[in-house]
Amino acid sequence: MVKNTLNVGSISEGFVLDHIQAGKSMEIYKHLNLDKLDCCVAIIKNARSNKMGKKDIMKIECPIDFVDLDILGFIDHNITVNIIQDEKIVSKKELHLPNEITNVIKCKNPRCITSIEQGLDHIFVLTDEEKQIYRCKYCEEKYQSK
Amino acid sequence: MRHLMSPLDFSVEELDQLMDLANDIEAHPDKYAHACDGKKLASLFYEPSTRTRLSHEAAMINLGGSVLGFSSADSSSAAKGESVSDTIRMVSCYADICAMRHPKEGAPMVACKHSTIPVINAGDGGHQHPTQTLTDLLTIRSLKGHLGNLTIGLCGDLKFGRTVHSLIHALVRYENVKFILISPEELRLPSYIRQDVLERNKVDYSEVVRLEDALPDLDLLYMTRVQKERFFNEDDYVRMKDFYILDKKKMELAPKDMMVLHPLPRVNEISVEVDQDPRAKYFEQVQYGVYVRMALILTLLDIHIS
Repeated sequence: MVKNTLNVGSISEGFVLDHIQAGKSMEIYKHLNLDKLDCCVAIIKNARSNKMGKKDIMKIECPIDFVDLDILGFIDHNITVNIIQDEKIVSKKELHLPNEITNVIKCKNPRCITSIEQGLDHIFVLTDEEKQIYRCKYCEEKYQSK
Repeated sequence: MRHLMSPLDFSVEELDQLMDLANDIEAHPDKYAHACDGKKLASLFYEPSTRTRLSHEAAMINLGGSVLGFSSADSSSAAKGESVSDTIRMVSCYADICAMRHPKEGAPMVACKHSTIPVINAGDGGHQHPTQTLTDLLTIRSLKGHLGNLTIGLCGDLKFGRTVHSLIHALVRYENVKFILISPEELRLPSYIRQDVLERNKVDYSEVVRLEDALPDLDLLYMTRVQKERFFNEDDYVRMKDFYILDKKKMELAPKDMMVLHPLPRVNEISVEVDQDPRAKYFEQVQYGVYVRMALILTLLDIHIS
């Protein structure tokens, strides 16, 4: 082992999320609700990558049905999801755009009921998969990231 | 339990049944005069409305039911900061069905998630106004005899007019409907409706600026109000406003069996002299609005009169 190398051990069951855009891992941590799970999570930020220059990697040790990874398809569908069992990669999950996203993005339409009703989930529905268009479930305003 | 949030909540077959019922109510009002005896409509209008509120209330009263509610947010507990979800939970204990108008888009959808009674969306901001669309469909079907095989001119503010958008969504489900979109450049139908609704459904349409160019080809002219606040300068507004005044002279260009509809209120886009023309059907349209809301109340309450 090279001296001073950061070493994160292998996991027996769970996920390795690779090729995360550098700096995005904490956002993913939040959206996967990992703070609420009592499991071992390793986040490697700004790892060297031949393909991307820099990337983030996450290792999540937990039963594979504990985490709903569908939201990753919305955040970044280029993420590689390796499913680990018995310390081996048993499959790679293909990411799709989720049909519905809850409390990940907020509706920016000031006329939308979500702007005043307290405790209301912000829900977006995939209305056009080809054009990757999500609309607010309540006011049908199109989500625009910028 | 069913609610009405969007005009597309009903299939074409269900719409036919609803309109059949509305026509039966029109023909035999006495038969339905006590259909809702003992039932209560909560009329929850968070913003002012004349036609829609009175039409829902008249519909319930015509069915023998009664009405309670409020006609502005100031006179409701919303002024104290009560949420829509709390209000509807409370109203569910008082009434059997409710009609809600709210300035915030999606408010009736929040209500129906927490309601134990059917909720009718009576208009939510610039989003949906499904009972107006049902009114328009019933008027067209009753007076023309069918909803397909029509060339329909939509005139005025096609950019922001929610009634026009909803009507297009509803009418593309019928065969051989052609639209002529009559608007100034500034108020053209949004591209997402042209592309996602008209072109995707392979609906024939054309766009013109002059009303006179479209009139000779129309089976139906649906007028809307050009709204002053949409224009950047006064001159443009005045030019467009005068451009779309439908008067006796322009009506001479229209076919003898063309009918004119308008969701109302009108300001000056239809000259009052047109009211005398037998093709002017916008006040009959108001009457059909009551029949269709009566049919809607019966349908949502699952009340059947043999």
